[in-house]
Amino acid sequence: MDSVLALLGAGILEALQPLNLTMIIIGCAVGLLVGAMPGLGSVNGVAILLPITFLVPPTSAIIFLAAIYYGAMYGGAISSITLGIPGASTAVATVFDGRPLAQSGQADKALTAAAIASFIGGTISVVLFTLFAPPLASFALKFGPPEEFALMLLAFATFIGLGGDDIPKTIFSILIGLVLATIGLDIISGKPRLIFGDISGFMHGINFLVLAIGIYGIGEMLWTLETSQGKVTVHKVKMSFRSLINNIKEVKSYIGTTTLGSVLGYFVGTLPAAGATPASLMSYGLAKTFSKDPDSFGKGNVAGVAAPEAANNAASTGSMLPMITLGIPGSPTTAILLGGMIIWGLRPGPLLFTEHPDFVWGLIGSLYIANFVTLIINLAFIPVFVKVLTMPFTILAPVIYILCIVGGYAPTQTMHDVWLMFLFGIVGYLLRKLNYPVAPAVLAIVLGPLAERSLRQSLLASHGDFSTFVTRPISGTCVFLAVLLIAYPVYLKYKKRKAAAAAAV
Amino acid sequence: MKKFVKPLLPMVVAATTAMTFSASALAEWSPRKPIEMIIMAGTGGGADQIARLIQGLIEKKDLSPRPVIPINKPGGSGAEALRYLQDKAGDDHTVLVTLNSFYTTPVIQKDLGVDVSKFTPIGRMAIDNFLLWVHTDDKDITDLDSYVAAVKAAGIDWKVGGTGSGQEDSILTAMMEKEFGYDVTYIPFPGGGTVAKNLVGKHINSTVNNPAEQNEFYRAGNTKPLVQFTAERLPAYPDIPTAKELGIDIEYYMQRSLNGPPGMSADAQAWYIDLFKQVFESDEWQQFCVDDGLDCGEWSAGDDLAEFHTVQLKRHVDLIEAVGAAAITGE
Repeated sequence: MDSVLALLGAGILEALQPLNLTMIIIGCAVGLLVGAMPGLGSVNGVAILLPITFLVPPTSAIIFLAAIYYGAMYGGAISSITLGIPGASTAVATVFDGRPLAQSGQADKALTAAAIASFIGGTISVVLFTLFAPPLASFALKFGPPEEFALMLLAFATFIGLGGDDIPKTIFSILIGLVLATIGLDIISGKPRLIFGDISGFMHGINFLVLAIGIYGIGEMLWTLETSQGKVTVHKVKMSFRSLINNIKEVKSYIGTTTLGSVLGYFVGTLPAAGATPASLMSYGLAKTFSKDPDSFGKGNVAGVAAPEAANNAASTGSMLPMITLGIPGSPTTAILLGGMIIWGLRPGPLLFTEHPDFVWGLIGSLYIANFVTLIINLAFIPVFVKVLTMPFTILAPVIYILCIVGGYAPTQTMHDVWLMFLFGIVGYLLRKLNYPVAPAVLAIVLGPLAERSLRQSLLASHGDFSTFVTRPISGTCVFLAVLLIAYPVYLKYKKRKAAAAAAV
Repeated sequence: MKKFVKPLLPMVVAATTAMTFSASALAEWSPRKPIEMIIMAGTGGGADQIARLIQGLIEKKDLSPRPVIPINKPGGSGAEALRYLQDKAGDDHTVLVTLNSFYTTPVIQKDLGVDVSKFTPIGRMAIDNFLLWVHTDDKDITDLDSYVAAVKAAGIDWKVGGTGSGQEDSILTAMMEKEFGYDVTYIPFPGGGTVAKNLVGKHINSTVNNPAEQNEFYRAGNTKPLVQFTAERLPAYPDIPTAKELGIDIEYYMQRSLNGPPGMSADAQAWYIDLFKQVFESDEWQQFCVDDGLDCGEWSAGDDLAEFHTVQLKRHVDLIEAVGAAAITGE
């Protein structure tokens, strides 16, 4: 343990060297920008910046890539909150409450909460990484297909409570998302499914960002147009040092959910199959299910911003573990980090921890410093981000539309996806008018393919025997917890109804 | 007037020279936007590692004026990537990093409508090899004979992990099933890295992964190779017998090449051939091949590679016919 602490300390000191610190600051700033631009995508951003990394020593280069990765994780929240467009899939859950807060003139509060929760998430995950990395690496190996499926089941269960009182509508929404998730090439046999004749745009499936930007970006705009009747509205946002301090002080109202979200995010992040997006969605679902005031979620509850942000940052540290020990990157950006490692002759694998401890702990140490730097940059720039909202709607609306189109086009670079995005925008708007929760559908399209693959792999292995999910200890526990989570909101509703009936008498 | 002409003259000269230069530059094509490098497999596998190493080497040596961006399209044993390239016909800024599923997937999935013989061949970076791997805790399994005995005893409860039905490893698995007369359960994963993880975690019993995908776990003592499906023993595995030595007639390789979409312009093709040849000849690439058990002795490009593809395509059609498409897809 002492040696680990010494190594981590050395890593942090290494990250504080002038050159490395400069790389961290530049990386975090670039990452923030890249993460905040919907669809620009950190993959393109990092690929374009890769040449810079050859000008500096390998350690500084990896630190730079890690700083971009980390900055992007923070940056995603900015466009989610201020514009209502998720900058990255990891920031979708941040839209749920971030956008309503911004609309009610509390964008600064939401942004501060996002920054602080991210910082707490980052801190907790670094501590967990330091304490539990080796045992967790072997724990992650215990996750075979049945365990992965049970975990997905658990993620879905956390969302049953999301739709508020209307559980049937939530389930309907999940099912719509699952159907959309099956579009494209079958993951096992490779046969095309639901491609509507032979529309090649459907071959690669429905890109998750296309759906999220459609529903939240376009749908939201349509909704605003209807409610404001095209009237020019200007949000008034007061920003002062005092309000910043007050916003920071509010941390005590969401410290519980943030801590829970951080721990959850870290554990989910360490599993090779999952990553930061499911982690943030699960954290949001749990925050709502166990909140004293679940009805305020989705209408502008600060805890609804803090929970997913803490989880996605914690998960981004956690997902370093499978990359380092197994060579399985959890996201396209980590894949670039992996590429960087291979070029410098570092092969990820179980031996990297023992053979190159200076590298591993230098990386973790730099993540921690990056965490700190991003917090400061973020807090300093909140007044600038908030200014965006003071723009008249007549200017802001076209900007948002353009960002949505760019974001819809960028991932696959086909017009097909842009049309699809508009379609999702209209459908999302109608669903909202009919009072259907859309968040569960978004969750389903992220988790659907993961769940389907692990379900089919498990059933192939067990020759069609479903008991494989309950007889294995880890998956059995997850299934049990999922059942409890589904039962909990149903029980609450029953209790409420009974109380209401009693009051009526 | 004179005042004007004097400074103007060198500019005119410069402009004329620039025009001649740009005219020759036009003939010599170079990319005008980022190059998409499509990987027909998931992250962390052999193809992915290679693509990311190539990307890094191109950047490091400053070989391309525009960045190369690796994109994974692992869906349907490479079908997603192949179809993507087919739909990009005539595009000069997309290249594909291939596996042998380049040959097999279009044969097995006829309705995909992809004809790889129309693709633009660029260059072959390496020939990759296959070994049979089991977990080191399987102490009873020490060689091919004890492996076959163990599989026969387990029957369909023996789980072989791979990267997709129709992918090269599923063909090799089907060839072994036919040779030894057993039947296993084949479970597809999105990439060789995930397969390796599932073998180490004992969720599957064996795999025929490439050396690069398994080597770190071998060094760590998690998994062990039993037999190599090569003509001669690889320098990286001097103590592991080849199937041929054991009297089993299974020899199987995988090409790792770069190809453009159908109808890529000849100038662009020539530029890419030159680009990847420089990568191929670099010390870093050759060292990677030695470390990871790949064969990088011979560079093959353009028409030469097209001929190689034709031979391989024919061989795979025959192989699929011999073992039966159903044995590969598991239907």
